Amino acid sequence: MRRTALMLAAGLVLGVLCFAQNGLLINGAGASFPYPIYSKWFDMYHQKNASINFNYQSVGSGAGIRQVTEGTVDFGASDGPMTDEQIKAYQDKRGSEILHFPTVLGAVVPTYNVPGVSGALNFTPEALAGIYLGKITKWNDPAIAGANAGVKLPAQDIVVVHRSDGSGTTYIWTDYLSKVSDEWKSKVSKSTAVNWPVGLGGKGNEGVAGLVKQTPDAIGYVELIYAVQNNIPYGTVKNSSGNLVKADLASVTAAAAGAAKDMPADFRVSITNAPGKTAYPISSFTWLLIPSKIQDAGKRDAIKGFLKWMLTDGQSSTEQLSYAKLPKEVVEKELKAINKVQ
Amino acid sequence: MSARLRWRKFVSNFMLTMTGVCAVVSVAILFLILGYLVVNGGKSINWAFFTQLPKPVGEVGGGMANAIVGSAKLLLVASLIGVPVGFLGGVYLAEFSGAKVASVVRYAADLLNGVPSIVIGIFAYSMAVLPFKQFSTLAGSFALGLMMIPITLRSTEEFLGAVPRMLREGAMALGASKWKTISTVIVPAAYRGILTAILLALARVAGETAPLLFTALGNRYWSPGWGQPTASLPVMIYNYALSPYEDWHRQAWAAGLVLLGLILIINILARTILSRGIAVPRG
Amino acid sequence: MGSRSFLSKLREGDEIARLITFLFAASVVLITVLLVYELWINSVLPRHKFGLHFFVTQVWDPVVDQYGALPFVYGTLVTSAIALLLAVPLGIGASIFLAELAPPRISDTLQFFIDLLAAVPSVIYGVLGVFIVVPLMRTVIYPALNKPFGYLPIFKGPSYGVGFLTAGIVLAIMVIPYIISVSREVLLSVPRDQREAALALGSTRWESTWKVVVPFARTGIMGSIFLALARALGETMAVTMVIGNTPQIKASLFAAGDSIASVIASQFTEATGDLYLQALIELGLVLFLLTFILNGLARLLIVVTTQKGSGKGNQ
Repeated sequence: MRRTALMLAAGLVLGVLCFAQNGLLINGAGASFPYPIYSKWFDMYHQKNASINFNYQSVGSGAGIRQVTEGTVDFGASDGPMTDEQIKAYQDKRGSEILHFPTVLGAVVPTYNVPGVSGALNFTPEALAGIYLGKITKWNDPAIAGANAGVKLPAQDIVVVHRSDGSGTTYIWTDYLSKVSDEWKSKVSKSTAVNWPVGLGGKGNEGVAGLVKQTPDAIGYVELIYAVQNNIPYGTVKNSSGNLVKADLASVTAAAAGAAKDMPADFRVSITNAPGKTAYPISSFTWLLIPSKIQDAGKRDAIKGFLKWMLTDGQSSTEQLSYAKLPKEVVEKELKAINKVQ
Repeated sequence: MSARLRWRKFVSNFMLTMTGVCAVVSVAILFLILGYLVVNGGKSINWAFFTQLPKPVGEVGGGMANAIVGSAKLLLVASLIGVPVGFLGGVYLAEFSGAKVASVVRYAADLLNGVPSIVIGIFAYSMAVLPFKQFSTLAGSFALGLMMIPITLRSTEEFLGAVPRMLREGAMALGASKWKTISTVIVPAAYRGILTAILLALARVAGETAPLLFTALGNRYWSPGWGQPTASLPVMIYNYALSPYEDWHRQAWAAGLVLLGLILIINILARTILSRGIAVPRG
Repeated sequence: MGSRSFLSKLREGDEIARLITFLFAASVVLITVLLVYELWINSVLPRHKFGLHFFVTQVWDPVVDQYGALPFVYGTLVTSAIALLLAVPLGIGASIFLAELAPPRISDTLQFFIDLLAAVPSVIYGVLGVFIVVPLMRTVIYPALNKPFGYLPIFKGPSYGVGFLTAGIVLAIMVIPYIISVSREVLLSVPRDQREAALALGSTRWESTWKVVVPFARTGIMGSIFLALARALGETMAVTMVIGNTPQIKASLFAAGDSIASVIASQFTEATGDLYLQALIELGLVLFLLTFILNGLARLLIVVTTQKGSGKGNQ
């Protein structure tokens, strides 16, 4: 009898604990590419609106698209815009539209762990495609050494690292490689999950950065902030004008300049290998995937409120995490588009 | 002594010593694991770990308070699902059922026990997540509860069956109905073994990660109630260990120590209860 | 049974108790049937599209919606084989020590610790794998094997730290406890007279153990190996953290690969497209069938041996 009473009491305490946190919980899942800025934003927004909690899980763009389509999360996030097929699948399953809202501009950088090399290596598009196709296998291959005069590259095998999960970062990387290499385009093509010719898989941007950091002679592709935060060196990439450009705020913003003016109404656009002397060739927008019909009024208002905040106040926090702000024209278009969320 | 005999004796001593080495190595591995966790996790455990929420990505500090509570909630509801089904099912097998039905139920339980946890995760996703369009603590508990059922059921049946006939017949001779006999005589006599089984089942699912990936997802904050995604210790360990952040690695070790400590304590507790109780057949 | 005695039984709650407990017992059967059913109907698309080709296709390409199970079946089998190769000698050796040599108290104490080893969760083995075994592989094991034996196909090629061998080593540690505890049980159940007869005939301790006791318990020991194999096949977390997540078939043990459980864990929540998702579920079904068969065989072998030992069987 006493034991039962004790257990009931414990259950009561636990129950109170669980229900004690009031407030609205909004669940989202998706890209790891913008995870650092999203987690910062949602934290900041929570400081301003203590009763609203945005729970964002970095599980990869593929999962973001899938779960928002299934309706198991309130919003998704992806750096690869949804394909026409995926949009149609959403419409069929949910009976409404899915809206893309660009949030920041980011860069995917080639990051590496070559013993003895601490500075920035230069990569040509041919080198990157060759490495990831498995045709260039050693660090001191002429395709790499040719662009890096004066750097001592070891005669070691390159350990290629890619994503093991469905990833928007993969989408950006393969989108770029498809544009600069016909062989890549026909053999592998672009998607959030591809049939990699070579390499190890890491889970999330975090996993790839982790593998590269711990594995000598490795090369991987990650969002810029992951290389910066973890002190892993990353290289420059030759852009369409022939210049070797390092990813930073200016070069990423330059890449988006052209797209900003011609932004389509659904905001789906690719800016890899963009024209421009100073443009960084592996840049991309990243999107929040918001359902056009949100039944719960509280959630709807919270999401719309966040979007507005994100496009205005939020944009001033992006640069400290190495994400570039959205171009003004894009912000204006998006603020109008928020009204589409019903 | 002939040379051949000397050789055979030498071989005998050598091989037997080798088996001793094998045993020592096997046990040593356990202590190595514990040692690593204690050393690496111990220096990372602090008050913040138990009381704070995770910090935004890349920032140092924070803790796993929500994961600890999340795991507790998951295990609580998992027990509420797994224990009644296992226990009452075991009662049926031991007290009421005929041989044929019993063998079917036993077979099903053994099958369920052998299902890899990732497959349980798939099942729980289609049963408890998709229809409700929601990742939730309940869905995670459903998956974990399923895994508790077979252990509880088989152990309940076994320990009830081991209760001496004398007790049974004595009660019935006094005029007690079957149900009264079970509830007031047989179950109390077997309760130690059953409790042990429940604790062992709990310890087993406490560390499960794979099914939670598809059901409870994860949560940066506290999970209100039972119908929302929740953080849990095993999933946090998984995510943090694979990340490149040193601080997250540190927290992963700490969480690993806490989780393993909890599981080992439950295991030791369970086995002590059993060994102190009435003599029952080996599990 | 007349209606009056039924009513009196009812009043005393017996029939209700029987009914309620029956419902719970039946629910176990129901859940299990439902689980198999769900796996079956949710894998209909790839079964129709690929049929048996699914098991011989190497390609796993979500871009063109082509799915083949071969790399994952290969990875699952190779890592499990490595695990058994390492764990079986160690485990059987230890179980012989515990059953035949150690005094009962020491035997029980050591068994207690080994049971605790079995309780360590998979994700913790994964963490230890990532932070300890992977660097060890890169700095110690790979050079030790590749330098002298690098011409052999299984030791060829570069090492990334992660890969088949690393996963196999971690799995070996995880399955040792199962081999030890079950083998010890079956060895203990071998009747004393077998041992004593051998010793009376002049055999050494080792000879009586290895040539008489162990063969007597042979089937049960086989059962323990099957049990360990079933556990190794289904292991998810530890494997996915150290196998390299690359669906490929390579002869070298140092190559990266993937296993069925690992790929499901990595790709399930994000499989965009129904064929993709169902291909993963079909992999789950395959894994389920494999473990089901192995567990069944294991149980059979163990029961047969312990019955033989207690004299219930013939021979």
